Amino acid sequence: MRPISRVMIALAALALLVLLFVPVWRIDLSAPQYPEGLYMQIWADHFSGDVEKINGLNHYIGMAHIKDEMFAEFTYLPKVIMVLSALGLVAAAWGRRILLVGGLVTLSLFGAWALWRMWDWGYKYGHELDPRAAIKVEDMAYQPPLIGHKQLLNFDAWSTPDVGGWVLFGVMGLLAGVYFMEVRELRSKLKAKRTLQQVTNP
Amino acid sequence: MKSPIKIAGAALGITAGLFLLMNSPGCRPTTTTTAVTGDAASKVYVKPGTHDEFYNFVSGGFSGQLAIYGLPSGRLLREVPVFSVDPESGYGYSEETKPMLMTTHGFIPWDDSHHPELSQTNAVPDGRWCFINGNNTPRIGLIDLGTFRTHSMIEIPNSAGNHSSPFSTPNTEYVIAGTRFSVPMGDDASRDVSIKSYKENFKGTVSFIKPEPETGKMSIAFQIVTPPVNFDLARTGKGVSDGWFFFSCYNTEQAYSLLEVNASQRDKDFIMCVNWKLAEQLAKEGKGKKVAGKHYSNWWNHNTHTAESTIYEEVLQLDPKDHPGLVYFMPCPKSPHGCDVNPTGEYIVGSGKLAALIPVFSFKKIQEAIAKNDVEGDFAGIPVLKYESVLHGEVKKPGLGPLHTEFDANGNAYTSFFVSSEIVKWNVEKLEVVDRVPTYYSIGHLMVPGGNSAKPWGKYVVAYNKITKDRYLPTGPELTQSAQLYSIEGDKMELLLDFPTTGEPHYAQAAPADLIKPREVKFFKIEENQHPYVAKGEKETRVERKGKEVHIWMTTIRSHFSPDNIEGVKLGDEVYFHVTNLEQDWDVPHGFAMKGAANAELLIMPGETQTLKWIPTKVGVQPFYCTDFCSALHQEMQGYIRVSPANSNVPLNAYTVSVDAEL
Repeated sequence: MRPISRVMIALAALALLVLLFVPVWRIDLSAPQYPEGLYMQIWADHFSGDVEKINGLNHYIGMAHIKDEMFAEFTYLPKVIMVLSALGLVAAAWGRRILLVGGLVTLSLFGAWALWRMWDWGYKYGHELDPRAAIKVEDMAYQPPLIGHKQLLNFDAWSTPDVGGWVLFGVMGLLAGVYFMEVRELRSKLKAKRTLQQVTNP
Repeated sequence: MKSPIKIAGAALGITAGLFLLMNSPGCRPTTTTTAVTGDAASKVYVKPGTHDEFYNFVSGGFSGQLAIYGLPSGRLLREVPVFSVDPESGYGYSEETKPMLMTTHGFIPWDDSHHPELSQTNAVPDGRWCFINGNNTPRIGLIDLGTFRTHSMIEIPNSAGNHSSPFSTPNTEYVIAGTRFSVPMGDDASRDVSIKSYKENFKGTVSFIKPEPETGKMSIAFQIVTPPVNFDLARTGKGVSDGWFFFSCYNTEQAYSLLEVNASQRDKDFIMCVNWKLAEQLAKEGKGKKVAGKHYSNWWNHNTHTAESTIYEEVLQLDPKDHPGLVYFMPCPKSPHGCDVNPTGEYIVGSGKLAALIPVFSFKKIQEAIAKNDVEGDFAGIPVLKYESVLHGEVKKPGLGPLHTEFDANGNAYTSFFVSSEIVKWNVEKLEVVDRVPTYYSIGHLMVPGGNSAKPWGKYVVAYNKITKDRYLPTGPELTQSAQLYSIEGDKMELLLDFPTTGEPHYAQAAPADLIKPREVKFFKIEENQHPYVAKGEKETRVERKGKEVHIWMTTIRSHFSPDNIEGVKLGDEVYFHVTNLEQDWDVPHGFAMKGAANAELLIMPGETQTLKWIPTKVGVQPFYCTDFCSALHQEMQGYIRVSPANSNVPLNAYTVSVDAEL
C-alpha cells in the first residue's frame, strides 16, 4: 500500500479508541409534560442520562428496569474495541492490501453485530412486559426505534448515533475511501504494466 | 304682553339647552374606564408558554405572606407563607417548621407584613433573598429566592410595631428595624410604668440586623436607643451617602393618646440621619452596653430540612447621647411617611403626609451643616440641623397626601399621593412636576423595578392601592385588593393594567426574571438529606415505639407509600409520620394527608423529609393518602393505619404487601 494509505489506516485504528470515552448512541424522548425532554446515552460500557426517570415512567407499562447489568456486552465491548484498534495498527504496519479488506469486513461485521444486539435488546425490552403492569394497551409494544423516530404512547422517541457512533461511521468511511484509492492505484498500476508489456512485446 | 305659550316655549328651550350643556363631555366627571387607551393590552400580554419579564414581590399585608407576581402580566405565581401558617404545605404545622414561628410570646402564627426588601450588592438587588417585616409581633423574615421559602426569622426586642423595616444597606451588611411605638424597656420594674410618663420612661430603638452571607442566619448586631417618637420608614444612603441611614419619624409631639390630633400639631417632624458605619465601629470597639432584650432567631437548617431556634437574652445598645456624630435630626414637614433616597444617594425625599409640598434634602448640605455645627437646637439631647441649611429645595403644590417616592434612571421621581389618589412624576434636580396620572383608588406605596436602588431598571411604575370600590366584580362586603401597572417609558405615564392582589399590598420590590431564574432549586438531593428521620430508600423504612411516641420512617415514590399498612398504634399514642419523598425530578411533590389530623397535611418536595404529628382519637382503621396528583396512579397512592385500644397487645408492625405475596 502507499504510505499515505497506511497512515490513514493507523489514524482510523486510533480513532476507534475514541469509542471508549464517548457515548455511542442516544435515545431522546419528549412528551407534552416533558417539554425539556428526557434522554439516554449508550456508551461502550454503561448507560447515562435520565435513566432513572425513564425507569420511573416505564414501570407503569411493565417495562424492565434498565440497568448496566442487562447488557453482558458492557463487560467485553471495550476489549473488543481495543483489539480492533490493535489489528488496525498491525495492518498499517504490515501494509498488505488484504489486511485492509479484512479490516473493513471485520469492522462492518462488528457494526452490524452491534446494531443487531441493540435491536434484539430493544425488541425484548419493548415486548417482554411485566404481566402485572398497571397500564396495559392491547397489542402495544414499546420497542424503541433502532434509528430514527417512533411514537410510543404519549412519547415521541428518537434514536440517533451519538459522538461514538459518528466516529465509527467516520472510521468505516475512511477505510472505504482508502480501499477505493488503493483499488484505483492498483488498476492504474496494472494498466501501466499492460501498456509496458504491449510496448516491449509488440 | 307675550303669550304664555311663548314663555313656556322659551323656558323649555333654555332648560333643554342647559341639560345638553351640562351633559356634554367637558362638564361631566370622566369615568375611570376612559383612562385606558391605545394598545395597552398588547403591552401586558405574555404569550402562553412564555415568561414575564420581572418577578414582583408584593407584601401580603394582613395575610402575613409574601405574594409573587409576574410583570407585566400581573399573574399571581405563588404565595409564600412567612408569618402565617399554611395548611397546604404544612408550613408552621410540620414538626420541621414549627420553630420558625417561635417568639418570646410563644408560637405566633400570624402577623401583618408590610415591606419586602431584596438583598443588595453594590446598592442593586442581587436576587439572593427577599426580606419582609412582621409589623405586629416585631420580626423580620428572610425568604430564599432559590426555594421561595422562609429560611430565617428574627424577633426584634425592645420594639413594638416593626414598621420602619426591613430596609437594607448597599451590600446587605445589615437590614434595619425601627420601632413604630416607643415603649418602656429594661427589667420588669422599668417596664411597669404609667403611660403618662411617656416622655420620661419610653424609648425608641432602631436595630441593625446582620444576616450571615452564607446561611442567612440573622442576629442583632446593635440597637440605637432614641428619644420616644414613632418611626415610620427608612432608607439606606448609597453612592455619595454610603454609610448613612435615614429614618422618617412622626409624633415628635410625644403624644401617647389620640395621636390623630395630638401628634399632628407641629409643623415639622424629623428625618433621623444615622452614621451606621460609625455605629458599627463603636459596636466593634465595645462602646455599646449590653441590655436585657430576650429574642428568638429561627433558622431553617438546609441539611436537616429542620428549623432550629437560638434564644438570645441580651442586645447591644448604643446611646447617641454618649456618641456625638452618630445621630442627627433634620426637620421635615409634616408627619413624614416615606423617606426615600435617589439613585446617586445625594437627595433624600421626605414625604410629609400632611404637608402640601415635598422637601428634598441634599446629602452634601447635610455634611456641610454637620461640619459647621449649623444646628437650630436639640431634641432630647440630639442635635437638630437647620432646615434651610440641609434643604436642596421643595416641590411646590405637588398634590395632597404624599406618601412614597421611587426613582427611574433618568433623574425622575415618582411620588404617590393618597388623598389626591395619583402618581406625580417630577424632576429631582429641578424640583418640577413633569406629569401626573390618577390611580383607582387611594394609592399607598408605589414601586418602580429597582426604583429604590442605585440602578433602577425602570420601564413600569406599579401603584398598590388601598381602595378598589367598583373596579372588580364585587364579592360581598370585603372587596379584592389591587395593584395597577403604568408604563413610564414615554414622556407621559400610561395605565396598562389593573390586577387583584392577596391581602392589602403595602410595599413591593421587582427584579428581572433573569436575575432569579438561574437560582431555582429544582429538588433536594436525597444523598445530601441529613434529616434525623430520613429514609433514603424503601429498605430504610420502619416503625419504632419510644414510650408513647410512635415514629414511622416512611417514603413516597410514584405512586405508593412505604410502608402503607401500619398496625399496633394505640389510643394515647403520639404518631410521627416522617415522610421522605424519594423522587429526584423537578415538579414531583407528594402530599400526605391523614384522616382526622388536627393540624395540616404535608406537601413534600422531591428529596425532602417532613414530619406530621398525629394524635389518634378513635379506635379503628383509618386511611392516609397522597394529596398532590403525582401520576396516573395517584388515586391508588394510599395506606391504612390501625388504631387499637390503649390496653391492646397488637404488636407494632409496618409493612407493604407486594402483588407476588398475594398471588
